[in-house]
Amino acid sequence: MSPFAYRKPAALDEALALAGPGARFIAGGTNLLDLMKQDVLRPKLLIDITGLPLRGIAPTGDGGLLIGALVSNAELARHPEVLRRYPLLSRAILAGASPQLRNMASTGGNLLQRTRCYYFYDTATPCNKREPGSGCAARDGLNRIHAILGASEHCVATHPSDMCVALAALEAKVVVAGPEGERRIPFADFHRLPGDTPHQDNNLEDGELITAVELPPTGFASHCAYLKVRDRASYAFALVSVAALLELDGGLIREARIAVGGVAHKPWRDSEAEVALIGQPPVEASFHAAADILLRDAQPLAHNGFKIELARRCIVRALSDAIGGGRP
Amino acid sequence: MTVVRSPLGQPLDRVDGVSKVTGQARYAAEFTEPGLLHGCVLGSRIARGRILAIDAEDAMDVAGVHLVLSHRNRPRMAADDESYEDADAAEGSPFRPLYDERILYSGQPVALVVADTPELARYAASLVHVEYEEEAHETDLCGLLEHAHAAPAKLPPARGDADAALAGSALCIEVEYLSPVEHHNPLEPHASTVLVQPDGSLLIHDKTQGTQNSQSYICQVFGLDPKRVRVCAAFVGGAFGSGLRPQYQLTLAVMAALKLGRSVRVALSRPQMFTFGYRPRTVQRLRLGAAANGRLQGLSHLAIGQTSRFEDFTEHVVEWSGMLYQCDNVHLDYRLVPLDVHTPLDMRAPGAALGLYALECAMDELACAVAIDPLQLRLLNYADANQNEGKPFSSKALRDCYRQGAERFGWSRRPLEPRSLRDGHELIGWGMAGGVWEALQMPASAKASLGGDGILRVSSATTDIGTGTYTAMTQVAAAEFGLPVERVAFRLGDSSLPTAPLQGGSATVSSVGTAVQQACVALKSKLFDIARQRPGSAFAGLTLEQVCFAEGRLSRRDDPDQAIELSDLIGSGAPLEARVDAKPDPRREAFSSATHSAVFVEVRVDEALGRVRVSRVVSAVAAGRVVNPKTTRSQILGGVVWGIGMALQEETLIDHRLGRYMNHDLAEYHVPVHADIGEIEVLFVEEEDLVVNALGSKGVGEIGIVGVAAAVANAVYHATGRRVRELPITLDKLL
Repeated sequence: MSPFAYRKPAALDEALALAGPGARFIAGGTNLLDLMKQDVLRPKLLIDITGLPLRGIAPTGDGGLLIGALVSNAELARHPEVLRRYPLLSRAILAGASPQLRNMASTGGNLLQRTRCYYFYDTATPCNKREPGSGCAARDGLNRIHAILGASEHCVATHPSDMCVALAALEAKVVVAGPEGERRIPFADFHRLPGDTPHQDNNLEDGELITAVELPPTGFASHCAYLKVRDRASYAFALVSVAALLELDGGLIREARIAVGGVAHKPWRDSEAEVALIGQPPVEASFHAAADILLRDAQPLAHNGFKIELARRCIVRALSDAIGGGRP
Repeated sequence: MTVVRSPLGQPLDRVDGVSKVTGQARYAAEFTEPGLLHGCVLGSRIARGRILAIDAEDAMDVAGVHLVLSHRNRPRMAADDESYEDADAAEGSPFRPLYDERILYSGQPVALVVADTPELARYAASLVHVEYEEEAHETDLCGLLEHAHAAPAKLPPARGDADAALAGSALCIEVEYLSPVEHHNPLEPHASTVLVQPDGSLLIHDKTQGTQNSQSYICQVFGLDPKRVRVCAAFVGGAFGSGLRPQYQLTLAVMAALKLGRSVRVALSRPQMFTFGYRPRTVQRLRLGAAANGRLQGLSHLAIGQTSRFEDFTEHVVEWSGMLYQCDNVHLDYRLVPLDVHTPLDMRAPGAALGLYALECAMDELACAVAIDPLQLRLLNYADANQNEGKPFSSKALRDCYRQGAERFGWSRRPLEPRSLRDGHELIGWGMAGGVWEALQMPASAKASLGGDGILRVSSATTDIGTGTYTAMTQVAAAEFGLPVERVAFRLGDSSLPTAPLQGGSATVSSVGTAVQQACVALKSKLFDIARQRPGSAFAGLTLEQVCFAEGRLSRRDDPDQAIELSDLIGSGAPLEARVDAKPDPRREAFSSATHSAVFVEVRVDEALGRVRVSRVVSAVAAGRVVNPKTTRSQILGGVVWGIGMALQEETLIDHRLGRYMNHDLAEYHVPVHADIGEIEVLFVEEEDLVVNALGSKGVGEIGIVGVAAAVANAVYHATGRRVRELPITLDKLL
């Protein structure tokens, strides 16, 4: 671990003023500290934002919910409004990590988790995400846990978050403060595909800080499901996860959302697959057809080909579960 | 006269439990003193080659860094292989940390950075630049099977003609199983704290399963006087075999302490726990031939394991196949492939965990071929004697394990056909397997002393790696002396105590327990002599058998009122002491002694998603007399959980292009978590053994894991109709 300076500002302006090259914001530190210990990240300055007033959960003017960036994953998952109106989000959060980690991890930090690619964590190996231009060892290496969609020759990493898969399906907005003021980033535009800049996980500008996540009014609370498939029953990252949301109308699907985790550099959505479900009966045949569309461009690597079939089955199962799997 | 219930067989709470849960128990990396320095190990990024240059300038420039140790500036070390051989050494030329410029495996220590704090040492280690000359490496066992050589292991002689018997069998199966590299991953990473004493001698707190093994290794390697090196391991946070050989953090910490003349601690990180011993990747080929009724006619078992280029690591993989079932035509073979990796190391039930996985899966496949119940097949081929050795068993209650385990599990309701049981999305399967582990006894010494305070103090240099040695030995001593356990204090984990073997192979209760018992008998005898020789003694002319020790008193059996307080016999003088060197009873030689088990498993497999859940396990164990049913049950539970992990999750992934293990942390190296484990029921069947040792007790450290992976794999087959012959059975293999 490299030596670093540490500051704990009490106001947002102060925090933003401290930001700069070599500086990193830290909240729960559940991922950042590991990366520092493994010498993957070497910040010169840690800006501890836990003193900032970003812990509220409040209704928005249009009937949505504004979640402060410092709300812990544990608190968010158990919040009565979230349980009542956005059960998908609660379930996705509780599918991740452990109680201890969820107590520490923040809402904003969850969006900024780094990939769990083995090579990213081992500084003795090449990795374009860690060391741009050094190469991708995973593409032709151990890639059972890697991406089947949206990958590039430079990077085949996946995004590890469960919460983000739910937020993608719910079409949340990421509220960001920066030198240029505040802006709102639609969730679909927040994370990036690796392309030839895999070291950039998201579209935050230098010096920007996530201050909140905004949920829209509709939470699909009656018909939702989060399915996570992994190598053990708890405390493992998803091989494939699916957030499924349905709105039914007279026995037919009026609206459908499918977000898939564990398969790409960001939670994966495909509007064609979702549109294909509109007006269809909520039966397995419809779900299979949608899954086929969503996975039409999936590309297997040497060890992760199973994810294509697994994702197909997970999508079908999650949509089936969503029919009866709403708010209890 | 009060009747004292013997502490033997009681579910006594761990005598060290309170000190552990209150943090008073100190582990190797928790000893400190002012001015203690901290070492951080730098490991090789290449798998084979040599070091061309080490640039430590940047690291040494950091304030608070004292030393960057490498093969260039290390203290003098022995130059012969023998000096590096420890009590668990494999055949060959042991690894020598920081000895020369050769790189033998990825992760090999190439430098130790010593600084005022662990953080500083870690930072400075990142500033050391090592230049390598890389050579082509090989790490893939499966690509080099043709290059295997005969393992330097003495296998039981072949009997009958296996090939002919197999060719002539009505039914024959030929199967191959593959199991991956697995790492021990005890909760406590390896660490050594070397405290340089005012007289220059070394007091070392080491994470080890043998303090005297570490002591003699260090003395041999550095030419030190054993009187000036003391190694302690009062508490060990799990080891599972990883502490059977002195590990490199010990060598490095001693090197730095000798070089600087200061106290040094070296603690390994979790990724570094993947840079020494492990369970080797192994290919097993079995051929079983049976008559139409299921009787075994011929059996052939070949294992090919990986080893390092410098040592031939061997374990007992195939022997069990010549032992567990009655079969007159048996051929066993064991081969090794040297690779550019570290030498493997004994890991819980070394050899048996692998061998029984393959054998018991193959038996299940044979049961399918014969179309009979797998348990019935085993009963049909039950071995009453150990044919490998041509000896009867000193005891073998495996039939009772089968019967009681099956009854508790409800095995008789099992449909023969796979894919017969279903619950919603889940297919349900029932599988079983047998287990066996040798009941060893090694020579061991112990000392017992009784002082005026009435406390019986017993000691031996053994360790307690979480198994419950403190507790079990306290019970053995208390039982022998007729004292309540509160009046017994047992010490261990110190090389200056009476000699004990490495704590491994499920042999501690048998070996050290026997020594403790005999030391107590010797001490009783001394006390009795004093009593007898007193003028007008009520014990004159009696023998030890005619008196009774209970509640701190010595009394006549025929007249309990004739009694004397033991404290009166000792008086206020020095404590009375007895020390014994215990050896296995020669009567053992005419018998074969083993622990047995039967494991029954229920799995639920999500048919579409491939997820496997072990919902129920019954493990029935025959281990002779159980000294402490509570700690013994814990041992079996731990073994079963590990067996589930071995079946479904554990695998150290190696990138063969880099020759490097890649999932070297507990996020990506999966072991079971609570949510993975369903019901586990442990049964101990009655088994009287008058031969194995005076306690009649066999060890249980290994038996809990043996057979579990096979039972799970067999249950997965019964659920799904699919044979997965490669561990771990991850869900992708079932899609």
